[in-house]
Amino acid sequence: MENLVQAALANVNFSAIMPSLVLVCFGMALLLIGVFSRRGRTTHIAWISIIGLVITGIYTYIDWVNPETQFGFAGHVAQDNFAVFFNIIFIAAAGLTILISDDYLKREGYPISEYYALILFSTAGAMWMASGTDLMTIFLGLEVLSISLYVLAGMFRNDVRSNEAGLKYFLLGAFSTGFLLYGVALLYGVAGTTNVADIGMYLSAHKAALGNPMTIAGMVLLSTGFMFKIAIVPFHMWTPDVYQGAPTPITAFMSAGPKAAAIAAFLRILMFGLPELHAEWGAMLWLLAVLTMTVGNFIAISQTNIKRMLAYSSIAHAGYALVGLVAANEVGLSGILYYMLAYTFMNIGAFAVLILAGKQGEENLTLDGFAGFGYKRPFLGVALCVFLFSLMGLPPTAGFAGKFYVFAGAVKAGYIWLAIIGVLNSAVSLYYYLRVMVYMYFREPTEDYSWISMPVGAVISIVIALFGVLYLGLLPDCVMEMAKMSIF
Amino acid sequence: MEIMYFYLLAAVAVASGFMVVTCKSPVNNAIALMMTFVCLANFYVMLDAPFMAAIQIMVYAGAILMLIIFTIMLLNLGTAVARKGSHSVVWATVLALLIAMQGYFVINRGEVSGITGEITGEMVKKVGHTELIAKSLFTDFLLPFEIASILLLVAIVGAVIIAKKEV
Amino acid sequence: MLDNYLPILVLVAIAFAFAAGSVVFSRLVGQKKPSVVKLAPYECGMPLFGTARDRFSIKFYIIAMLFIVFDIEVVFLYPWSVMFKRLGMFGFAEMGVFIVILFVGYVYVWKKGALEWE
Repeated sequence: MENLVQAALANVNFSAIMPSLVLVCFGMALLLIGVFSRRGRTTHIAWISIIGLVITGIYTYIDWVNPETQFGFAGHVAQDNFAVFFNIIFIAAAGLTILISDDYLKREGYPISEYYALILFSTAGAMWMASGTDLMTIFLGLEVLSISLYVLAGMFRNDVRSNEAGLKYFLLGAFSTGFLLYGVALLYGVAGTTNVADIGMYLSAHKAALGNPMTIAGMVLLSTGFMFKIAIVPFHMWTPDVYQGAPTPITAFMSAGPKAAAIAAFLRILMFGLPELHAEWGAMLWLLAVLTMTVGNFIAISQTNIKRMLAYSSIAHAGYALVGLVAANEVGLSGILYYMLAYTFMNIGAFAVLILAGKQGEENLTLDGFAGFGYKRPFLGVALCVFLFSLMGLPPTAGFAGKFYVFAGAVKAGYIWLAIIGVLNSAVSLYYYLRVMVYMYFREPTEDYSWISMPVGAVISIVIALFGVLYLGLLPDCVMEMAKMSIF
Repeated sequence: MEIMYFYLLAAVAVASGFMVVTCKSPVNNAIALMMTFVCLANFYVMLDAPFMAAIQIMVYAGAILMLIIFTIMLLNLGTAVARKGSHSVVWATVLALLIAMQGYFVINRGEVSGITGEITGEMVKKVGHTELIAKSLFTDFLLPFEIASILLLVAIVGAVIIAKKEV
Repeated sequence: MLDNYLPILVLVAIAFAFAAGSVVFSRLVGQKKPSVVKLAPYECGMPLFGTARDRFSIKFYIIAMLFIVFDIEVVFLYPWSVMFKRLGMFGFAEMGVFIVILFVGYVYVWKKGALEWE
């Protein structure tokens, strides 16, 4: 039995989970600092969480420089380039979110210190999803991520919409988790293991198992669970209500970090565990990508609340990312990674401007509220324009480069029609993004926007997001090389 | 003897499961659910899975059922629950039949894989169910085990933030 | 294997027989002279105020939630206890990390005053 302990000890490899470990330690420290600080004081907690994210970033950088993939914990995590690239996305999403949060929370009257700890925990959960190579680790990472988000979405307890968002997200999320677990159970029943790579090896060695209805059912149920989290049509019903009701920084965070995490885990499972079933899931995802892009864009057109409009547009953006997954070639997959990073910057940037423009009580988020905004607040107006251009996918912004790679991947893999539908959808999206700009610059201002203050954190966040969007748009090669090195 | 006991238990489990969905009073539903849980625990014991049985009693029949009853009391629906949406019963039946058919096809037609692994029924009997769980939980599944504690911590924080009067 | 559980089965049978027996026996033998006081739920106890179908305070709920979480923590201790000699210090460290993480939660709950009956 001594060798049992020896073997288990040999599997322990802290350098494989270092970034998430730092986040968890900081999260717990923040909880304790929070209860021992005076109530309502949260600014120092926000900055400590930023320090935690910076340290995590340093460890992520070390992971990136170190060319060796770190495996650990008996095949449960692999800190490969893929995981590291997604870690960068998660850190960016969490960092930008925390920067825009402090002032917003005080304005809305909820200076809750646990908020930051929960964001750090959910980021750690996202990291376990991206680096997890075992269905159990991925599942637990997903749960840590989701439960933090349920709480964060419903945190504004005196706001009916926030309550609705929390409850709806929780119920549907728990429901979708059931699907996911059922899929995991069926795949375990087929292959006798929960390790993703081992499932793939088993399926390629036993072709007969591919025809087993359990395999197909397991794949479909697993995909359903992930598609709920990514908000793919027809599993998108919760998205508009949750995104509209949740605190705005959390909406920004949800649409970037957790979505990327679900895509990362989904990608890893499909490419490593179920590559033999590519014909099946490729056909399924082709249809869903078309549906997602189309439904998201067309419903977004009729929205007057900008938060809700961005929710539908985030559904459409998930559809664009799926296009790369259908292609499943080098350009397409690295395109997804690139796109998720670009989307993080442009979407959180847009939400940051939205938060600054809003009044207490989540008001002023409709189109009319932005009449003449561009003239009264030139910096914020230009910033919002850049983010919206990027969301449209116009050059020279990050959104253009991202969409270009994803669609190029689809064309290369022979999915010409899919690429054409995607481009047409982007054209449709021009309408509702441009409408915001029309209101900003071509309507007479009804307000003077004097309530807008420029807190340091939010300004830093907007500047970082602007830099990210323009850098990724103007000089895409460097990051694209990174993304290409990151796929398998 | 054992088979008789099994059928007796199975009858009670099905009957109480039926009561969970048919009883009018939510509290009675919850009590019937507890009966189902206890029967399940018995099944686990008969399948040489005493750890599962203990969890079933401690977590499900104990803690979760208590939470369900508290929730019922919190909502205070009483017996006057409007019987709306009887067409949903039809849909539920259709879905249940579909799932039953799926199970039938998987078991009957589909070639359920021949993987047996190293842990067989005899081994479970010889080494012990709890020991085997402990072995994989504390060696191979060490990381998920520690993540589970983070999950519980997040759940604690969530419960306090959502339910406490003054945060 | 199942023989080990025979005493439990016997105990359950006795409990069931005792409960059913006392009801049936008192029904058969006892006198029935009902009065308002006798039919009250607590004949020698507190007088009732209100019905049992009253809305419970959310305070019960939060205690129940916390109970579940710590109950699940305890569940993880069971498999550890059967292997703890063989796992030695390694297992002890593992369980230590697990408990410390939840202890943070406990301190949090305590300082937050969630266990107080506000």
